[in-house]
Amino acid sequence: MMTETARYRLLIVLLSIVVAILFVLSLTVGPADVGPWQGIAGLFTGDDSLIGLVMREIRLPRALLGLMIGATLGLSGAALQGYLRNPLAEPGLIGVSASASLGAVIAIYTGLSALLPLALPLMALAGALCAVLVVRLMAGADARPLSVILAGVAVSTFAGAMTSLALNLSPNPFAALEIMFWMLGSLTDRSMTHVWLSAPFMLVGWLMLASLGRALDALTLGHETAASMGVDMNRVQRLAVIGTAASVGAATAVAGAIGFVGLVVPHLLRPLVGARPSRLLFASALGGAALLLAADILVRVVAPGRDLKLGVLTAVVGAPFFLVLVMRARRQMA
Amino acid sequence: MIRLVVSNLSASLGGNTVLRDIAISVSPGEFVGLIGPNGAGKSTLLRACLGLIPSSGEILLAGRDLRQMAAPELARHVAYVAQDRDIAWPITVEALVDLGRQPHRGAFARPAAADREAVEAALQRMDIVKLRSRRATDLSGGEKARVLIARALAQEADLLLADEPVAGLDPAHQIALMQVFRALAQQGTSVVASMHDLGLAARWCDRLVLLEGGHIVADGPPATVLTADLLRRVYGIEAYVAEAAGGLIVQPTRLAQTGIEQETSRDSTV
Repeated sequence: MMTETARYRLLIVLLSIVVAILFVLSLTVGPADVGPWQGIAGLFTGDDSLIGLVMREIRLPRALLGLMIGATLGLSGAALQGYLRNPLAEPGLIGVSASASLGAVIAIYTGLSALLPLALPLMALAGALCAVLVVRLMAGADARPLSVILAGVAVSTFAGAMTSLALNLSPNPFAALEIMFWMLGSLTDRSMTHVWLSAPFMLVGWLMLASLGRALDALTLGHETAASMGVDMNRVQRLAVIGTAASVGAATAVAGAIGFVGLVVPHLLRPLVGARPSRLLFASALGGAALLLAADILVRVVAPGRDLKLGVLTAVVGAPFFLVLVMRARRQMA
Repeated sequence: MIRLVVSNLSASLGGNTVLRDIAISVSPGEFVGLIGPNGAGKSTLLRACLGLIPSSGEILLAGRDLRQMAAPELARHVAYVAQDRDIAWPITVEALVDLGRQPHRGAFARPAAADREAVEAALQRMDIVKLRSRRATDLSGGEKARVLIARALAQEADLLLADEPVAGLDPAHQIALMQVFRALAQQGTSVVASMHDLGLAARWCDRLVLLEGGHIVADGPPATVLTADLLRRVYGIEAYVAEAAGGLIVQPTRLAQTGIEQETSRDSTV
C-alpha cells in the first residue's frame, strides 16, 4: 500500500508540473507576434501597451478557462464514473451539457445574445439549472444511480430535440451557422468577464465533487454496502448531480460542449491511482486541465487562422483513443 | 443488554408484503443462523435491520431506535456482508478491506495504528494475507467472498449481518468461516448469517431462525428447529437428522412425497 501511495503522490506532482508548463505555453501561443518572455512580462506590467493588452485581455482568460474547464471536465467525469459505478459515464450523461447548450441556443436564436453578449452564458447556466431540477425530481428519493442515468438520458434527449428544433426553425442561415459553431466548443475570443462569470459556479461545483471521495470509495462495493458503511446515499446523489451541474454547466456556458475529456481522462488515469475513486478525483482534475490546455494549444498551432474548434479536436483525437482503450481492456479480460 | 430487538416488523417490496410481524432478538455473543426457502424473506430481514429498505415496526439497536441513528453511527454498530459480490473497480485486496475502517476515520484522516491492526487481523482471519496486493476484481468467486467478509470484519462492529456468506466457498473455507463466526461470538460480537447449507447451520450456529413466506415459523437451538417434520413442511424435503461426531448432522436426502409428486417420483427413486 505504501508503494501505491507513493506512486499516487508522484503522479500528482508530475501532473501539476505538466499543467503549469502547458498553462505558460498556452499564454505564449497566438496569432499576435509576442515573444514568450515579452508576453509574460507584459502580463505583470500594468501598462496599456499592445502586448500587455493582448496578454491580459485575450491570452490570460483563454489559458485560465482552458485550465478551469479542463479541470471541471476531468473531475466531474471521475466523480460521475465513481457515483454511477460505470466507466462509460461522463459529464454529459446527466443532461447538463445538452441543457446548457439548449439555453445558449435559445439566446442565439432569439437574438438575445446579439443585444447582450452575457445573455448567452447566463441562459446556458439557466439551462443547466433546469436540467438538475428535472433530473433530481425524476430520479426521486430512492437515490439509486440507475434512476439518475435514466433521468439524465431523458433530459439530454429532450434538450437535444429542442436544439434541433431551434436549428430547424432558425430565421436565417447565419443564426443556424452561429448555433452550430457555438455548439462545437471553443475558447477563442473569451474575455475575463467569462472567467469571472463561470469561476464561482465551477469552484462551488469542485468543492461539492471533491467532498465525495470517501463515499465513492465505499460505492466500489455497491450502494447497499456503501450505505451500511455510513454513506448517506441521498447526500451523495445531491452533491454529485448539483456539483456536476454547477461546474459543467458553467464550463458549457462559456465554452460550448467539449466532449471526451470527461470520459477519457478518468480512464487513462485510473490504473495509475490503483483504481481508487477518491484518488482519481484530484488526478483527473489535473489530467483534464492538462489535456484541454494541450488541445487548445494544438488548435492554435495546427491550423492558425482557420479557427479549428476545440470540441472538434478533442472528439477527433478522443474517439480513436477511446477505441484503443476499449480494445486494450478487452484483451486484458480475454 | 440485548443487542438487536426487532418487533412487529413488516416490509413490502414492489407492493408485495415480504415480511410480516417479525419479532426477533439477538444477544451479545450469539451466532444466529437465518434459514428458510428461497423467497422466504431472509435477505429482506437483514436489509431491514440495516435500515436499507423502508419497513414498519420497531428495530432497536443497542437499545436505540435504528431509524433515529445517523448513517455513520449506525456503521459503527452494524457491519453488513451483502449477497451481491460486485466490485466496481480493480482496487487491491488490502485497499478493499481497509474500506471497512471508513466509519472509524475522520474525513481526511490517515490510517491509525488501530486501523492497520484491524485490517491485518481481518486479512489473517479470512486467510487472504497472500492475496493482499492482488486486484480484487481478478479473484475467483470464493476468494472475492472472503475478501468482502474481511472488509466487514475490519469494520469491528458489535453486530455482523451476513447474507449467504458461505455460498461459493470450498468446504475448508466454509468450515473456517463458521469457526471465524464462532470465535467472533465468543468475543462478544453478535453474528446473524443467512444460509442454505442446513448441515453447516446445524453444526455451528447457537440458534436458528426459520423463515417461511415472510414470517418466523421456528426460533431456537438447531436441534429443535431442524426436525424432520418442520423440514418436510417448510422446505418440502426429507432429511437424515442424527447426532454424530459431537454435533448435529442434517443431510437432506430427497423431496418430500406428497400428492402428485409421489406418483411420479416413485418410479424414478424406488
